[in-house]
Amino acid sequence: MSTGWNAASAPDTATVPALPRNLGLRQYLICLRGICVREGLRFIHQRERFVSSLVRPLMWLFIFAAGFRQVLGVSIIPPYRTYVLYEVYITPGLCGMILLFGGMQSSLSMVYDREMGNMRTLLVSPFPRWFLLVSKLLAGVTVSVLQVYVFLAIAWFWGVKAPPLGYLMVLPALFLSGMMLCALGLLLSSLIKQLENFSGIMNFVIFPMYFASPALYPLWRIQEASPLLYKICLLNPFTYAVELIRFAFYGQVEWLSLGIVAGLTALFLGAAILAYSPTRGLVNRKQDTGGNG
Amino acid sequence: MKRLGFAALAASACILANPASAFTVYVSNERDNTITIVDSEKMEAVGTIKVGQRPRGITISHDGKVLYVCASDDDTVEMIDTETNQIIGTLPSGPDPELFVLSPDGKTLYVANEDDNLVTVIDVEARSVLSEIPVGVEPEGMGVSPDGSVIVSTSETTNMAHFIDAETHEITDNVLVDTRPRYAEFMPDGSEVWVSAEIGGTVSVIDNETREVTQTITFEIPGLRAEAIQPVGVKIMPDGKKAYVALGPANRVAVINTETYEVEKYVLVGQRVWQLALTPDEKTIISTNGVSNDITFIDTETDEAIQSVTVGQLPWGVVVKPQ
Repeated sequence: MSTGWNAASAPDTATVPALPRNLGLRQYLICLRGICVREGLRFIHQRERFVSSLVRPLMWLFIFAAGFRQVLGVSIIPPYRTYVLYEVYITPGLCGMILLFGGMQSSLSMVYDREMGNMRTLLVSPFPRWFLLVSKLLAGVTVSVLQVYVFLAIAWFWGVKAPPLGYLMVLPALFLSGMMLCALGLLLSSLIKQLENFSGIMNFVIFPMYFASPALYPLWRIQEASPLLYKICLLNPFTYAVELIRFAFYGQVEWLSLGIVAGLTALFLGAAILAYSPTRGLVNRKQDTGGNG
Repeated sequence: MKRLGFAALAASACILANPASAFTVYVSNERDNTITIVDSEKMEAVGTIKVGQRPRGITISHDGKVLYVCASDDDTVEMIDTETNQIIGTLPSGPDPELFVLSPDGKTLYVANEDDNLVTVIDVEARSVLSEIPVGVEPEGMGVSPDGSVIVSTSETTNMAHFIDAETHEITDNVLVDTRPRYAEFMPDGSEVWVSAEIGGTVSVIDNETREVTQTITFEIPGLRAEAIQPVGVKIMPDGKKAYVALGPANRVAVINTETYEVEKYVLVGQRVWQLALTPDEKTIISTNGVSNDITFIDTETDEAIQSVTVGQLPWGVVVKPQ
């Protein structure tokens, strides 16, 4: 960040510059804005990314749900009060899917930044490491949540409608779930050495998390098929994100999910901050093997 | 644990834009031999009444004091006091009564006797049979015109709607409809009779003047085989603008514009939807879903299913107590 550089180089000395610690709220906000704008710009400039991030859930909604469509309705489970179509059932899961991919995408961008050297620019700024990471997180989540709303608008025209107030009530749930998944992405990014390894994330994180969750089918169905799989689903953080979003659509708070999602957000974020910390972090060691110029 | 008080309140406030006032709903459970009493405001079962074997057709006196239930396997119609929920007597219905209709003046009950190919006319006050009218094979659906002058009986095997003069108890017209006609419902102005055909998968609209089929309404639901669409119960709104048709194993209630005879919407409800009832405030249609053992409340403004409530086994008929 240019502001960071300027601030850092202001007290010019021959030795290592002593970082000014009198950064005010304004400076913090400028930094946050910088990171958000960069994330936003990156998103807007890569129009394919915007389209592809929407195409994925829409394909599930239009094609997968049509193929899998239980035309006779999904049996009633809370928060639903009557029978719902399969499209209606998987919509909260697809919102979760957008957030999940968004989170992993930000993980990818961290690895990319590290390889391309942009990360150094960011990390040498005088702002505390945790602040930079949280800013990065907020920027990523905001973009993901925007995508979710565009998706919901399209789904609305497709006839998948939630109660009107639900669209407002789901916002905090989306944000919190997005934070958890983004924080997980950040943590993972500190463990990935090279960009090429990102496909591993797809295989070992995104798909298992997505499929072993109630996003596509009610958990009682999974329990019927395999009690072991059911237990795995219960250990999956994404399960709780989806249920939190699903209940929020109907104006209800699923306290268990809320607690777990909030707790895991703090845990993942803490771990990511630790991993990125200059002294203890995993990043410095990893950088030696990375293709960083 | 799962819900916050105010969140639930907000949710119900937004789902039920205009909360219905409390009506008492009676559902006959064919396999349980019971009537489930449901509160339409709380949308939950509040009681059960033990009745005779295989209760199917159910209706209520116009003052809401007496419930009439066809106990098909007991070959009788039972009368239940809605104050005490006790059986206060029976009517001589003839064998295997399935469905019936009460005359607009509330004095006469017309009962379809499925096994005997008869329509039995019962004087409710005297509790005696006035006459027995021979109709086609397996009579089932019964409708009465708003002025009480014409009765329509549908026979499942003969595939006919029989128009009967209420004065003379004679059949005046026989109208051929589609296979296995189940239910007959008059337009509120008496101009038309809508007859649903379970196997034929259609609803025939019969002009009450000419006694000819003027329209045949068909149904199509993407992803469902035509055989799964079996129209049964029909309910026409009192203003005559909209009709609801229960489509059996299609698990849907069709909403039909009565001017264009086009299906405007299919509302997803429980499994094997059978009969329908309208609340007196005309805000809610209630469907009985036989296989999933529940009833579904449908908002008539938005035509969206609001909630499903579990009742007894194999719910068949439903009636709402007038206030």
